Amino acid sequence: MEKTDPNITAMCRPAPGEAGKTGDWRDLRPVIDHTKCIPSVKKRAACYLCWLFCPDGVVKPTIPVEIDLEYCKGCGICAEECPAKAITMIPEGGEGTT
Amino acid sequence: MHEVIWHGRGGQGVVLAAQILAESAYMQGFKGVTSAPTFGPERRGAPLTASTKISETPIRTFAQIEYADIAVVLDPSLLKVINILGSLRPGGLIVVNTPLKAEDAGIDGGHPVAVVDGAGIAFRHHLIKEGAPMVNTPLLGAFARAANLVFLEYIEKGLKWKLSSTVLANNLSALRDAYEATRGPGLEN
Amino acid sequence: MSRTEILTGNQAAAEGAKLCHIQVVSAYPITPQTSLTEYLSQAIESGQLKAEYVRVESEHSALSVCIAASSVGARAFTSTSSHGLLYMHEQLHWAAGSRLPIVMCCVNRGVGAPWSIFNDQQDSISQRDTGWIQIYCRDNQEIIDTLIQAYRIAELVKIPVMVCYDGFVLSHTMMPVEIPDAETVDAFLPPYHAHTILSPEDPRNINPVTFPWRRADQDGVMCDGYMELRYKLQTALEAAGETIAAVGRDFAERFGRDHGGLLWRYRTEDADVILTGMGSIATEATMAVDALREQGIAAGVVGLRVYRPFPKAAVREAFRDARAVLVMEKDISYGYEGALCSDLKAAFYGTEISAPIHNVVAGLGGRDVKARELAEVTREILDRIAAGQPEGPTTWLNCRTDTLTE
Repeated sequence: MEKTDPNITAMCRPAPGEAGKTGDWRDLRPVIDHTKCIPSVKKRAACYLCWLFCPDGVVKPTIPVEIDLEYCKGCGICAEECPAKAITMIPEGGEGTT
Repeated sequence: MHEVIWHGRGGQGVVLAAQILAESAYMQGFKGVTSAPTFGPERRGAPLTASTKISETPIRTFAQIEYADIAVVLDPSLLKVINILGSLRPGGLIVVNTPLKAEDAGIDGGHPVAVVDGAGIAFRHHLIKEGAPMVNTPLLGAFARAANLVFLEYIEKGLKWKLSSTVLANNLSALRDAYEATRGPGLEN
Repeated sequence: MSRTEILTGNQAAAEGAKLCHIQVVSAYPITPQTSLTEYLSQAIESGQLKAEYVRVESEHSALSVCIAASSVGARAFTSTSSHGLLYMHEQLHWAAGSRLPIVMCCVNRGVGAPWSIFNDQQDSISQRDTGWIQIYCRDNQEIIDTLIQAYRIAELVKIPVMVCYDGFVLSHTMMPVEIPDAETVDAFLPPYHAHTILSPEDPRNINPVTFPWRRADQDGVMCDGYMELRYKLQTALEAAGETIAAVGRDFAERFGRDHGGLLWRYRTEDADVILTGMGSIATEATMAVDALREQGIAAGVVGLRVYRPFPKAAVREAFRDARAVLVMEKDISYGYEGALCSDLKAAFYGTEISAPIHNVVAGLGGRDVKARELAEVTREILDRIAAGQPEGPTTWLNCRTDTLTE
């Protein structure tokens, strides 16, 4: 049997940023009000619906919850799904952003 | 090459008879044997044919038989429905399941005719499936006797190869009974 | 010990698949292939064959299952006919593009409309450009032997193989078949090792979107783009011819049966006219050649086993001394001529071979092809050639063009 040939077909291993730094695609940025966020308030793991719904896997299920803005495309699904209304989408370059 | 065409109806074991004859001929030492159903869909009760080709050398033709050397008719009602003689070479032997005598079987054209009461033999040996007599084994016996091509002992071996032990004894006795009872040209009464 | 049994083509294929220790079977029933999958499902149900039979709702899914199974390192098998093969069309490309050594039996059948369940080779010929190796079998012995060779070839060159044989004519006709013994097959066919094993321990994205340019992988290393990967498939297919021939020679040494590798010849040593074709029509042509020789015509047969990769060098060699060529085939590229005829002409281009080439389309939709008819049409065409007609219109053998309804 010949040696294995990993380049015989197109293939990649999962890694962050396979399509580049997608954070610069963003028009709207998610901003979390941790006083409303359920895990942040109760100091124990709960909710995390933003983590669950994020299609890009950029939400870190920590306390407090963190969003990796290098890769967040700003789709707003997290803000839509948050039951505590803790996430607001704010225009990039506008008030409250840097 | 010897070409045998089997005429019967779906459910009578026509294809199986053609297979057993091929297997028996191979065991007897013929290097080339094929058996095939008529290509296409099969339906219970509808007329159908199967074929067996037997040769001293390996067979290199899979075309349908144009003119058989021997025709075996499992269902005598087909004589009125199908042009059986149309696919039989001039002077080719025809073996018919019928209680009638050969000269009364209604076959013209100067073909040698061998007859056996296959249905009667099947009933006597309890070869009955869904109320109908299984006449394929008796007709194999008649074939062995009338054609003098594949011998009875090899057809017995063919049955042993193909049939389950539960039905084998009845089939073997029916085969031998039919072999003895076959009447036709050159066969003593 | 090998043993000889009287088997249909479908039984021979099932026995071959069992000897190859296939691990996953996924297939959908279609006439005339159905009994092959029935034999395999019985063998799995009874425990005789240790494999998974994955039931699916379509042929498209059947081949998808085989692609997935082969991707995780399992030896996968499927089979189909006619419309089932056409329904697999998209997945045929995926299997070849993924370089997965899947083996499929295509039990050749005509394609609708109108409906036909009977034999011709339009189904597999119409899939020739999907990147699969295609091998055509002339009898049931060759079916079982080719299936065993097919896994060895597929796993060496990492290209799927389609083992094609004529529906009903072979699939439903019983004839003596020597079934090799398992130990000899095991020595001939080592276990399958996948070129890339998809596994949860080492997750990968296989076949991501590629762009018209080369691509960087996750570590920034530049990898082949679409065009480079397709070039690799093409060069692998071109080189596969030598592997197929070598596997055939090795098989002949171990099993004592040589099917000819890329092609086989019958009475061609001194032949003026060569009849050629693929599958059972070439077997029938050997009978026609015997008859023609009795009539004083020096005829021979070149039977093509391998249609893709097209064995250009081998056919150039085989037809070098031919003074007339008759290409008999059960397919047509509508609007032109038989596909094999075109390919042969292209292979002869620029060589010394200048023999007249006549195309005979035969046996479409199961019309019986008899040796007598092949011999007759050969004589007619030789007469046409003698009358100065180097290339005639395609002959439709035994087609009642004289009584067409208006």
